[in-house]
Amino acid sequence: METILNRYRSLTVLLAVIVAQLLLLAYQVKSNQEVRLIRIWAMTAVTPLARVIEATRSGTAHFFSDYFVLLDVREENKNLKSDLNRLKMENQFLKTELSTADRARALAAFQTRAQSKTVAARVIGNAPGATSKVVLLDRGSTSGVERGMPVITPDGIVGKVISVYQFASQVLLITDPTFGAGVLSQKNRVPGTLKGQGHSTCLIDYVQNEQNVETGDWFFTSGDDRVFPKGLPVGQVTVVRQGKTFKEIYVVPSGLANGLEEVLIVIEGVHQPLPEAPGTAQPIKSMPPPPPEPGTVAAPDGAPSQTTPTPSGVVRSTLTTDADQLLDKYKKLGESQGVKYGQNSGRLPNFNPSAARPEQKPDAKRDPQKPDAPKPDSPNPQGGSPSPRP
Amino acid sequence: MMDYNDSLLSRPRRDRAAKLRPVSLIAVPLAAILFQVYVPRFFPYLGYLELPLLVTVYFALMKRSTVPAVFFGAAVGLGQDSLSSQPLGMFGIVNTLVGYFAASVSMRFDVDNNTLRLFLGFFFFFFHQFFYWVLARALLGLNINFDLQQTLVLAVLNACVAVPLFHVLDKLKVAA
Repeated sequence: METILNRYRSLTVLLAVIVAQLLLLAYQVKSNQEVRLIRIWAMTAVTPLARVIEATRSGTAHFFSDYFVLLDVREENKNLKSDLNRLKMENQFLKTELSTADRARALAAFQTRAQSKTVAARVIGNAPGATSKVVLLDRGSTSGVERGMPVITPDGIVGKVISVYQFASQVLLITDPTFGAGVLSQKNRVPGTLKGQGHSTCLIDYVQNEQNVETGDWFFTSGDDRVFPKGLPVGQVTVVRQGKTFKEIYVVPSGLANGLEEVLIVIEGVHQPLPEAPGTAQPIKSMPPPPPEPGTVAAPDGAPSQTTPTPSGVVRSTLTTDADQLLDKYKKLGESQGVKYGQNSGRLPNFNPSAARPEQKPDAKRDPQKPDAPKPDSPNPQGGSPSPRP
Repeated sequence: MMDYNDSLLSRPRRDRAAKLRPVSLIAVPLAAILFQVYVPRFFPYLGYLELPLLVTVYFALMKRSTVPAVFFGAAVGLGQDSLSSQPLGMFGIVNTLVGYFAASVSMRFDVDNNTLRLFLGFFFFFFHQFFYWVLARALLGLNINFDLQQTLVLAVLNACVAVPLFHVLDKLKVAA
């Protein structure tokens, strides 16, 4: 045995190392727990370095940008002193300043405006892996960040927190192939599931071919995934194709459109209604209500009043179709004769009370084919009295 | 028969195993992993460079011994795993295999040849991506697509980077 192991030493070592890692993997998958200690060591080792690199880069970038901005200001001052059109130049400078407004300021404004409670964070690194879409933030459990919290920017959703460490956290971006979120279209409120593709666009899955989604429609979070609050922008549809069962809808995530440097971690999310689509907010022209029929009293909103006796003696209710009026009439006939419908008593009401009158006056001969003449006490259905024949 | 082959083919190359500075064995993989963590933030297209893999391949080729290469690959892979979102062991297993096969190749061929280095860079990147995809599907049940065309293009790019990178890393060898 020992000879065999020595002879195939390298193969034995390879198998042992792979089996050990497989067991480690199996333990994590089976128990749904990760080996936290190793990750904590790695993150603790990497995070300070990341902060130093980020601080150096950011400091250098700001130094150079400040330097060039100052150079511009100096030149502008010279021009302003020498130039008579001072106000024009000043206006130009302010416009330039506005266009290069600090992103953090915009983020802070959004933070105060948003109903959800958020924490601003800075992206300090990416996770390894060619197709992996995971970024590292400089906020951790000390800032109140917890696993599963959504991450957003003023432009839209970014991802969700998948691991939290003391001073850092990992965020799975919405473009990662394993990412999923519930979404809703703005225009027709079509629900779907957002899925990452590993590149810049995301797929909206599980939208039936019959549903109406068009290019240019916006998708918002639906809140069904219990991760993202409802009403956050997701992205705009760029491609819509008919699929086998479901449509193939591709959206460009709006949250990642302008790069990813500063983000907001939603500590306490608040659901918001979806904003109305631009097309649906326009007023719709409608005709005025029809005039009330003769004999009915018009309600304030133009509809006939609840119960108004008509010339035919039928009490008109809110039921307005002919069938409803007939049903109402027979119901009242049954009630007046003490017959309750639905009870198998074997007795039927007389649905033609006017036909029963000749029985009371047997001497009066009537032609069965001839319809009843209108009684003097029952007015003409048209509302007028019977006119004498010429 | 096996001993005869070993003495004829492997022994001379195994004797030519390069000696590397111990510091470089730790610093270079660490730098490669950190490169993959930070640099793609500013240059997103560099995210497709698998520097930890290329470093694993290089050290395995230079050591010309499978056992250290296996441990080196496992260590680099677990280092990547610890900073990724996947369970520990995914990159570990793949890099272990890469280290083993790269070391096995180095015992048979002249790995200082640039053409061979280019081919090995291409092959091992493709192997790495494909095996990672297999593991992700089989062990984690992830429904990830394997884009063959993209992987082949990236393999070519990584192979092109591997050749100059290996030349730079050659400077770390200790003169015998």
